Amino acid sequence: MTFSDGAFWVFAATAVLPAAGILLSRSIVRMAFLLLVSLAGFAGLYLQLGAGFLGFTQVLVYIGGILILFLFGLMLTARFDVHVRRRVGAGVIVPGVIAGLSLLGVLVFLALESPWSTEAGAAAAAAGAGDTFQIGLKVLGPYVLPFEAVTVLLLVAMVGATYIGRAQMPGTPAEGERKE
Amino acid sequence: MSTGFLPLLLQAAPAAASAGQVGLTHYLVVSAIVFGLGLLVVITRRNAIALLMGLELLLNSVGLNFVAFAKFATRDAVDGQVITIFLIVIAAAEASLALAITLNIFNNLNTVEVDEARSLKG
Repeated sequence: MTFSDGAFWVFAATAVLPAAGILLSRSIVRMAFLLLVSLAGFAGLYLQLGAGFLGFTQVLVYIGGILILFLFGLMLTARFDVHVRRRVGAGVIVPGVIAGLSLLGVLVFLALESPWSTEAGAAAAAAGAGDTFQIGLKVLGPYVLPFEAVTVLLLVAMVGATYIGRAQMPGTPAEGERKE
Repeated sequence: MSTGFLPLLLQAAPAAASAGQVGLTHYLVVSAIVFGLGLLVVITRRNAIALLMGLELLLNSVGLNFVAFAKFATRDAVDGQVITIFLIVIAAAEASLALAITLNIFNNLNTVEVDEARSLKG
């Protein structure tokens, strides 16, 4: 086993085991921190795949941004009881778990049994590809339209989130009642 | 110290590691397992924030699939990475909006359980 293969197994365990923990954990704060570990595992897998820029973007945006957002959401909403208070009934759990597990089985089966062609990838790896410079060329070249669309989307999301989540003082009337 | 730690981790890696060269299939299996777990989180939780965490797991596993396929099965490995970058951006937008909505639901209904938020008029 080479060093790179061993690193893959470490990162894969780091990504998968906390995901199982998220499913089983009862404390939502613990779920958030397990999500941190799992996202870090994914960042490691990206690095392992030779996607350095993506790996660090994952750390910056997901762990540094989205997860902090989750923690803020937790702190602002779970002040009475941080535990998940009520679980859904067996009428949802049983079919849900059956559906989820069968989807998992089908996906794993497909991944293992399909004859994926990897010749093109081997050729590209021999040529040496996939660094930040080329990502920049792609984003401002063939992908410039989606890039611009995503920037507008981010602006819209930022304005929308600020408007929806703005502070509403306990005494002030709600939006509809203010006009009367 | 740093020279001894990583080899130790490698020794501790599961025995299945000797099964052979890590390839596309390994990444696909990791991604499939995380996708299944994320879906189960979305199904079994009713707390809106827990639900969003499951959603992030789903998005991450899809992103890993894009990068793995791009590296192993296409001529140009950068395309998949660019798509995954877009995916991360959209996930960030989605998370911020969804958390803002969750906060609003909490302010109005005093709960973050998605089953409780049934009325449209706050």
